[in-house]
Amino acid sequence: MNDVLLKVDDVRKEFPTHSKEVVQAVAGVSLEVHKGETLGLVGETGCGKSSLARCMAHLYDVTSGSVWFEGHEISKLSRKAMRPLRRDVQVIFQDPYGSLNPRRRVGSIIGDPFAIHNIASGNERKKKVQELMELVGLNPEHYNRFPAEFSGGQRQRIGVARALALRPKLVICDEPVSALDVSIQAQIINLLSDLQREFDLTYVFISHDLSVVRHVSDRIAVMYLGKIVELAPTSELFGQTRHPYTRALLSALPVADPDTADSRQQIILGGDIPAATNPPTGCRFHTRCPKARLDCTAEEPALEPVLDDKPDHRAACLYPLTVGEDLSTAVPDLKAS
Amino acid sequence: MTAAIEMVDVLEEPKAIEGRSPFSLALRRLRKDKVAMISLAVIVLIVLMAILAPVFAAVTGHPPNEQYRDLGLTPDGLPRGPNGTFWLGTDDLGRDVLVRIAYGARISLLVGVIATAITVVIGVVLGLAAGFLGGITDTILARLIDVVLSVPFLLVAIALVSVTGPSLTVTVLVIGCFSWASVARIVRGQVLSLREREFVEAARSLGAGDRRIMFVDVLPNVIAPVIVYTTLLIPVVIVTQATLSFLGLGLPPPTPDWGGMISESQNYYTTAWWFILFPGLALLVTTLAFNLFGDGVRDAFDPRADRT
Amino acid sequence: MAMFLIRRIGHGILVLWLISVAVFALFFVAPSNVAQTLAGRQGTPETIALIKHRLGLDLPVWQQYLHFLGNAVKGDLGYDYYHQVPVTHIIGQALPITVSLALGAAVLWLALGVFNGVISATHPRSLADRGLTLFALFFYSFPSFLLGLLLLYFLYFRLTLSGFGWFPAGGYSPLAGGIGPWFQHLLLPWIALALLLAATYTRLTRGSMLDVLGEDYIRTARSKGIRESRVVVVHGLRSALTPVVTQFGIDLGQLIGGVVVTETVFSLPGLGQTAVTAINQQDLPVIIGIVLFASAAVVVANILVDIGYAVLDPRVRLH
Repeated sequence: MNDVLLKVDDVRKEFPTHSKEVVQAVAGVSLEVHKGETLGLVGETGCGKSSLARCMAHLYDVTSGSVWFEGHEISKLSRKAMRPLRRDVQVIFQDPYGSLNPRRRVGSIIGDPFAIHNIASGNERKKKVQELMELVGLNPEHYNRFPAEFSGGQRQRIGVARALALRPKLVICDEPVSALDVSIQAQIINLLSDLQREFDLTYVFISHDLSVVRHVSDRIAVMYLGKIVELAPTSELFGQTRHPYTRALLSALPVADPDTADSRQQIILGGDIPAATNPPTGCRFHTRCPKARLDCTAEEPALEPVLDDKPDHRAACLYPLTVGEDLSTAVPDLKAS
Repeated sequence: MTAAIEMVDVLEEPKAIEGRSPFSLALRRLRKDKVAMISLAVIVLIVLMAILAPVFAAVTGHPPNEQYRDLGLTPDGLPRGPNGTFWLGTDDLGRDVLVRIAYGARISLLVGVIATAITVVIGVVLGLAAGFLGGITDTILARLIDVVLSVPFLLVAIALVSVTGPSLTVTVLVIGCFSWASVARIVRGQVLSLREREFVEAARSLGAGDRRIMFVDVLPNVIAPVIVYTTLLIPVVIVTQATLSFLGLGLPPPTPDWGGMISESQNYYTTAWWFILFPGLALLVTTLAFNLFGDGVRDAFDPRADRT
Repeated sequence: MAMFLIRRIGHGILVLWLISVAVFALFFVAPSNVAQTLAGRQGTPETIALIKHRLGLDLPVWQQYLHFLGNAVKGDLGYDYYHQVPVTHIIGQALPITVSLALGAAVLWLALGVFNGVISATHPRSLADRGLTLFALFFYSFPSFLLGLLLLYFLYFRLTLSGFGWFPAGGYSPLAGGIGPWFQHLLLPWIALALLLAATYTRLTRGSMLDVLGEDYIRTARSKGIRESRVVVVHGLRSALTPVVTQFGIDLGQLIGGVVVTETVFSLPGLGQTAVTAINQQDLPVIIGIVLFASAAVVVANILVDIGYAVLDPRVRLH
């Protein structure tokens, strides 16, 4: 369980903009993905989770820091040197419409991995593709159809089949269900879980939807403005939330039981997400945090265990929440005392 | 030559219809287009005429370059009008206009097809490379496209042909070397937006190299506008070839070709209407058929243009 | 905006320079016998060498090119080989003819194209739409020389035969000689050129008008009860014309060096015909001068179009 499959070490990813500013999409993230687990990655749109995912799969070159897969650094490999490793690290993309080439037949799309890595050709490839189609719940007879002839959920199954073709060790799922209807989301999530069990897969599961992430993840990392603010086993994160931002996200989750819903504290964050070109000083969350204090504006909190006996539960906050703390009545105090 | 050709938006994904490729859907729409089908029939007839040119010569008994100075010219030395022997009359040297038109079709079609093919191949490859590879490749190719598009094409073509001397090869090369830029520009524009699409990233995540992504993933997505452009380019090329011939820079005489025949007929249009009318008609009908057909192809590939 | 302009102008200069190199190279690769021609049949090798020296043809090609480039930057394009007239002067004489031809035709084809396009777009799939589209394509398919000859046959030859000598067989009459003859000499070439180009504009106007008429703000205008003609002309046409204006700029630029055939058919001694004459005589300075001038016209037109586009459509960002 504790074998590290993928290690991200202080990764930064910056994008230049037209006005010569720099967008810090990923601003120094370190984390480890263990063999066999599902690591959830949540955050609002634009927090940098997709950029982080692409850095993990080495689709982006990192600006600084490094990414290690099975003990080898992959973040500085050339495209060519990376190619054999692509078999082990696969990506399932968010948009089942955009990620499938509209002008190619499904059979050839799913067969791509075999063609690229020279594994099977001709009838053998066709057979493998049809097995894959069956595996993900597609009709193998639809081998010759075009993506446009499938529904969104079916298309995502095509994406899953393509990602699993080479039996990867790590699958990075970049919002794999966000573009789908809720009823279809469950089908795809169940498919992913079944496949994980069957092929002993490790997932990095990215979503802006905490309820989806909660359902699939062993551990969850919460991102805000390019940084991880809290990282904990799923039950810990939900049971003993330490970071005010995580709490705010959780409080927005719908709850099935109306009684608990009433007693729950609703935390509504003020203001907008600050621009990633010019992030706030100190703790990046201080501009919206109900608990912000003066030193939050100056000192950047490190992602550290809150309690010494729980090294797995880390939060980046100078004033972490205690269990049961009421955040709904907190007021920021940024005046010098 | 400013081609009146707009881009077709291939990025628009077709609605889900069972068991049909976007290409076969376009073909089906094309087959329903009466004007386009009639134009296609005319094109086929012209192609047949070109192939069967020797038959025309055999049936009339008049080889294309044979000068009938007695039979084919009036006592004043003027061309003879259409009659039982010369169905479409004779030209200024007493040659059979009909047979020469049939042979001329060969030149027009040959140049039209070969020059267009060269244009499209160069344009697609360079456009793909510029748009997909970006960086210094794109900078250089984009400037090259600008240069070719800024040069007064016909003037430079005339200058080139006058330097090298007229021949079929030169005509084809000159047209091909100057027309590719607009194809490249269209393809480059399409590729620039295709490159950002997720399926390209997906291919990369599978380990595909640049060349594979360019030809397997990106190319099929630019084929539709290229097909449309190609059909509309053929008549432009045919006209250009005829224009060069008209200006005396086509094929060395006595090779029969439409532009050259019209040029020769200029001094006789007051006395021998058939001499200019029939070659002119052949040229016009050919370009019109190709343009109407190309228009249909455009509508078939871009049904939006037809929607109101 | 300033940065954008500077970069665009920089690109333009680069393009022109590349063209000058290409044209220069083209003509020096080819064997030239200008000196021979100038010396005449009896020219001794000495006279030929003398002529070559006088024209600077005995220098290495790159020196000739540098010499040419240095002068061109100062606005001096050299002298023609035969009469020692400055090339700028030759261009200056031919330019008004080509500009008269292009601008007059432009008025015609814009009027024709936009009008037909609007009619087509406001009555889509009607008989008028199909008829106008076919009309446009018919003339678009015409080789320009054929159309020119046809016009000459019917409107000059046939009319004159019938006693109506309204149009001359060709040639040019400068504006200084009165607007009437000027107009008379140019009307047929204008028609020939305009019919050819109107097709592009009909199609362009139709397509862009159809797009615009489908927009929400047009529906809003209609629902407010504004007269349909006003909706089409004031609200629709205004935004539909952006691509037309763009194409217009590009076409005008290209016509400066692109009306060779029309000028030849109607014997107009404009830039195109002058260039063709120069090509036949291997009069290198004149050829290079005209080709560069015509290219410059295209480059400048494209820059103007880009600026105009940004002004017309504020959504276009310049970077």
